[in-house]
Amino acid sequence: MANIEKQRAIIDFTLASLMRRKGKNAALLVVYTLVVAALASVMFLTKSIRSEAAAVLVDAPELVVQRMVAGRHEMIPLSYVEKIASIRGVKSVRGRLWGYYYDPVFGSNYTLLVPQESPPEEGKVAVGQGVARSALAEVDNIMPFRTNQGALFTLTVARVLPAGTELVSSDLVLLSAGDFKTLFGIPDGMATDLVAEVSNLSEIPTIAAKIARLLPDTRPIARDEILRTYDAIFNWRSGILLAILSGALLAFFIFAWDKATGLSAEERREIGILKAIGWDVGDVLMMKLWEGAALSLTAFVTGVILAWLHVFAGGAALFVPVLKGWSVLYPAFRLTPSIDLMQLAVLFFLTVIPYTVATIVPCWRAATAAPDSVMRG
Amino acid sequence: MTLRASTIFATYTALGLLLLAVIVIDSSSRSVTDRQQLEERRTLVKSLSLTDLVLFTDARYTRHPSMADRHTPFQDYPLSLEHFPSGSLIPPPPHVRSYGKY
Repeated sequence: MANIEKQRAIIDFTLASLMRRKGKNAALLVVYTLVVAALASVMFLTKSIRSEAAAVLVDAPELVVQRMVAGRHEMIPLSYVEKIASIRGVKSVRGRLWGYYYDPVFGSNYTLLVPQESPPEEGKVAVGQGVARSALAEVDNIMPFRTNQGALFTLTVARVLPAGTELVSSDLVLLSAGDFKTLFGIPDGMATDLVAEVSNLSEIPTIAAKIARLLPDTRPIARDEILRTYDAIFNWRSGILLAILSGALLAFFIFAWDKATGLSAEERREIGILKAIGWDVGDVLMMKLWEGAALSLTAFVTGVILAWLHVFAGGAALFVPVLKGWSVLYPAFRLTPSIDLMQLAVLFFLTVIPYTVATIVPCWRAATAAPDSVMRG
Repeated sequence: MTLRASTIFATYTALGLLLLAVIVIDSSSRSVTDRQQLEERRTLVKSLSLTDLVLFTDARYTRHPSMADRHTPFQDYPLSLEHFPSGSLIPPPPHVRSYGKY
């Protein structure tokens, strides 16, 4: 009990001492909090996108087969379906019709896709939330397109896809196979790519290798690779966002190191006086430990909460201009929070521990010297 | 009676840590609505055979990174530099880099 009271007294004294240099310490606290918030925001955002991709794309096609001609992705003949279906272990193969359409009126890129199950009737489309927002389209509105021959081709919006699916459907325009072929002038017997289902998932690499041997102009992409793509892309250690942040982080380390290691004349005098009036080395070190802990704990807790609000309540608003790039059509970020103790522990050890330790070392040097020499400087 | 500075600090830190605990617990046990929406997205991915998330719609290799081909960086002319900002945010998918796997 007496020890707790002693620690409380030391904390009271430390906080009062911090308040005496409030301008400098407030600036440090604000910078510290912002660095933690920025770093935590990147971690939260990338982890949530990775978790979302892992959760949603487990139902992606098991195997996609693309045809490559002169280094470019080309339309694939449906005659390849039979060849692939003849490989042992392949359960089913079918063609997918999809492509991109640039809308010059709104400056947006759409992904046009023909659903395999219950496609819209001829002349009708179902659009994603992003398309509806960008093209100001509502149900029963007409959307104008230009065919590959330059003719006007209008389609009626029959349905807007649910807002909850925006992260996978924002830029989609679903239409019938007939309308798709008319729009792009695609002959019968061709598809954008093929999707295959296999009987045994562990055989996917073998089947992919067989397809590549049987049809050398094709490139098979397994579901596992689709999943690994998002894991690699949004690994928080990669990407330019971290490159930018690492600059800020290094600047902060220099700032904190300078603040923490170089004791000011006033602080040295304070330590000298404390020792002269009877504080021992342990008490002085404890005071400095509390000083570092008070600043870094406050910055850590506030920074993490700010990051959570920024990413999950504010839709990562500060990162959107960076993430958006040249995209006109962009999904509203409604990410499911995916935060674990590991992430918080990494942040804690990256921010709180170095600062707290850095405050102790110079103080130990001053505290072990004779009070009169410290006071004289 | 004025509150001691240590009491204010301890209360603020304890409340903050409590909030952090709530954040972690909340993310590990999301509400039914979130699970329903996730199920909705999964159903759409399955029925439409989708392969990618809609994150960047500015270029085809950023809209569908998993479908990007090996010649993507040179789509305009040999040695052309990446000019879409989002192309700089995302590195090439691992299977594009492991050339000649199949």
